[in-house]
Amino acid sequence: MSNKLTAFMGWIDARLPVTQTYEKHMSKYYAPKNFNFWYFFGVLSMLMLVNQILTGIWLTMNYVPSAEGAFASVEYIMRDVEWGWLLRYLHSTGATFFFIAIYLHMFRALLYGSYQKPRELIWLFGMGIYLALMAEAFMGYVLPWGQMSYWGAQVIISLFSVIPFGLGDALTEWIRGDFLISGATLNRFFALHVIAVPLVIVMLVVLHLLALHEVGSNNPDGVEIKKVVDDQGKPLDGIPFHPFYTVHDMVGIVVFLMVFSAVLFFFPEGGGFMLEYANFEPADGLKTPEHIAPVWYFGAFYAILRAVPDKLFGVMAMGGAIAVLFVLPWLDRSPVKSWRYKGMISKVFIVVFAVAFVLLTWLGTQPATGTNTMLARIGSVIYFGYFLTMPFYTRMEKTKPVPERVTGGH
Amino acid sequence: MSQDGVNKSRRTLLVGATSALGAVGAGFVAVPFVKSWNPSERAKAAGAPAKVDVSKLELGAMVVVEWRGKPVFVAKRTEKTLGLLESLNVKLKDPNNDNKDQQPEYADNLYRSRNPELSVILGVCTHLGCAPSYHPEVKPEAFDKDWKGGYYCPCHGSRFDLSGRVYSGSPATENLVIPPYSYESDNVVVIGVDEENA
Amino acid sequence: MKKILVLIAGLIPMLALAAGGDVKLDKHMTDLRDTASLQRGAKTYMNYCMACHSLEHSRYNRVAKDLGIPDELMQENLVFADKKLGDLMTNAMRRDDAKRWFGAAPPDLTLVARVRRPDWLYSYMLSFYADETRPYGVNNEVFKDVGMPHVLAELQGVQAKGKAQVKVGYDTLTGQEVTEERDNVLYLAESGKLSAEEYDNLVYDLVNFLVYVSEPIALERQRIGWWVLLFLAIFFVPVYMLNKEFWKEVK
Repeated sequence: MSNKLTAFMGWIDARLPVTQTYEKHMSKYYAPKNFNFWYFFGVLSMLMLVNQILTGIWLTMNYVPSAEGAFASVEYIMRDVEWGWLLRYLHSTGATFFFIAIYLHMFRALLYGSYQKPRELIWLFGMGIYLALMAEAFMGYVLPWGQMSYWGAQVIISLFSVIPFGLGDALTEWIRGDFLISGATLNRFFALHVIAVPLVIVMLVVLHLLALHEVGSNNPDGVEIKKVVDDQGKPLDGIPFHPFYTVHDMVGIVVFLMVFSAVLFFFPEGGGFMLEYANFEPADGLKTPEHIAPVWYFGAFYAILRAVPDKLFGVMAMGGAIAVLFVLPWLDRSPVKSWRYKGMISKVFIVVFAVAFVLLTWLGTQPATGTNTMLARIGSVIYFGYFLTMPFYTRMEKTKPVPERVTGGH
Repeated sequence: MSQDGVNKSRRTLLVGATSALGAVGAGFVAVPFVKSWNPSERAKAAGAPAKVDVSKLELGAMVVVEWRGKPVFVAKRTEKTLGLLESLNVKLKDPNNDNKDQQPEYADNLYRSRNPELSVILGVCTHLGCAPSYHPEVKPEAFDKDWKGGYYCPCHGSRFDLSGRVYSGSPATENLVIPPYSYESDNVVVIGVDEENA
Repeated sequence: MKKILVLIAGLIPMLALAAGGDVKLDKHMTDLRDTASLQRGAKTYMNYCMACHSLEHSRYNRVAKDLGIPDELMQENLVFADKKLGDLMTNAMRRDDAKRWFGAAPPDLTLVARVRRPDWLYSYMLSFYADETRPYGVNNEVFKDVGMPHVLAELQGVQAKGKAQVKVGYDTLTGQEVTEERDNVLYLAESGKLSAEEYDNLVYDLVNFLVYVSEPIALERQRIGWWVLLFLAIFFVPVYMLNKEFWKEVK
């Protein structure tokens, strides 16, 4: 039997490098042995991507992508399709947990300098994924065609009109496909959400992983494990991804699934932060909801948008907040990767930044009262401050000596 | 790595346990995806039984009822036309219901119905699916000089008697289908439900 | 890590103040397991609300099954016109007609409990009061200038808004109720067929039913949730041990 298998694999390998690929990316890919909690979120993001794609395909089997039929078709799925309610909640809860995983995954990169040379391209592909994911989630939320779907689309698409010289209005109309948000907008968002953007995301994920495997993973100490190898060229601080990190990730996956399931089965609306209450009302172009709020994962950028009193500058600030992330590898001038060995300013600032980001996220979901706006402005200053002053404090501060070999690691 | 033997068997056990439970979990996860393909409540509702009150139906008249998206012909037959049924046997392809698939047990008779007076026939021509038209009168017709009442399919000319039995010379080869039906009361027929309620 | 958590925990209560607050709402103790209550609520809905407010995403047979109502009883008592048990609970009122007659078409209520939430609905039905300036002669404390008549007025009676004695506590010595005169409060001016307590129960049941109909799968979803968590907890054991076993090799 084993002979047959070997022969079979031989036949395949002569035509397609399956075994070679498997070895390169799994059984002979040497990852640092000191991965900690923060290193689960890459694979958890992939898990959620698979979840969104599978449940998304299944939802498309019963969802009706028209302004007249969309809302009712979602209730049809919730009530009349066997297990439809679970597919729907898997998809809506999945979106939230996808962003939880992504934000923690990105934060890991900030903590350990995983965006620094030679990993800048991995970071750029990652930012591309993040951008595509935000577009994907935004369009997905429009599809149920509830009040928040409609008015959220109205607010965000109208932001394009800030572009001067008449280009903004033309662009807005072109995106909408109509003179107002309508079925035309819904239909094209459906096409983009179901196939176009997912393809882009999958391609970027592949590139992201290929770029990663080319240079090898970073680790909590920011030490390059390839610098210390044995006589066979294997990093002394490295262990093959399979079986060590496959079994290790399984633990993370099971725990993550427990939290995910608890929310899905007991708290699917997420207190109105995941499935907004207003979205259980069909879209009505003549009736604006009292309080238009994005889903939580867009909160920070929405807060920054509203913090600036001018429409054009608000849009620029929001765009800038995302754009500044792209250039992070070139803002960080520290000779050291991991915050474990960076100076005091970096350590304090990253914690303050994280708090500010969480605060901004919360504020984006709340009404823009006087107090809230003031807090959002403070948060925005901290957010931009963290990045824009980084070239200075990372160069000036006194860093700790980085060890030759990794610390920790079971 | 002390005793390799012990380690290996423990490892195998754990891999086995994890794989087995993982397979079970995967099975559970597959259930919603597979079952969501089953007919939905909407499909089941559309396929629900159709009730007909025939108290106002005149002798010789026919009413069309929709059941599972298809027409069902419910007609009250006169004694005269009922009497003529047997004489038509020689002209028919399957006068004695030899094809058991075309009607339920209780309709396996000359009248192809529970009660001779009322016929309940699926209005779908067994040739290619058109809806035959109702010609109940015993008089010469363009398609049959010797017409004794029944159904004529305009698409390709198949002819059926008032019991839905197919005439020789028709493109259709089977008698019209009798759907499951029963009497909820003397005057109310339920199409789609077999149990005898009367 | 800990530093971040403490900071966040400190900020959130402060932020709660930032959120706005309106009319104080009565708490609705929703209980979806109380099928008797759901049945009564369904009956009230069909008798008083259905004529104007459809439940167009819900099916009769689903309600019958979930509420434990036998099919024949359901058909006889709660299914009107020539609707079949498997039909969606739509009503005969056409939206354009409704808009002409009422100014705004009475909305479908299948999901209203997920939009407005139970406390709001409960308080709403208890807060109608006489107001001559309004087209139907009523206004509502919870929904200012609502376009809906007080359909349940024959049961509750008519409330008025003005000066009335309001219970503020109990006398610690005698145990008697202590009341104070307050202005701008709702009080019962004319009684209806039901006592205040009976009406309160009726509204409680009605809202209970509306919560059910907004998500019929709620109880089942929670039931399955426990099993899923149990499975994952069990699955965690070999997965964790397998991990530990392999990592013994790593120094």
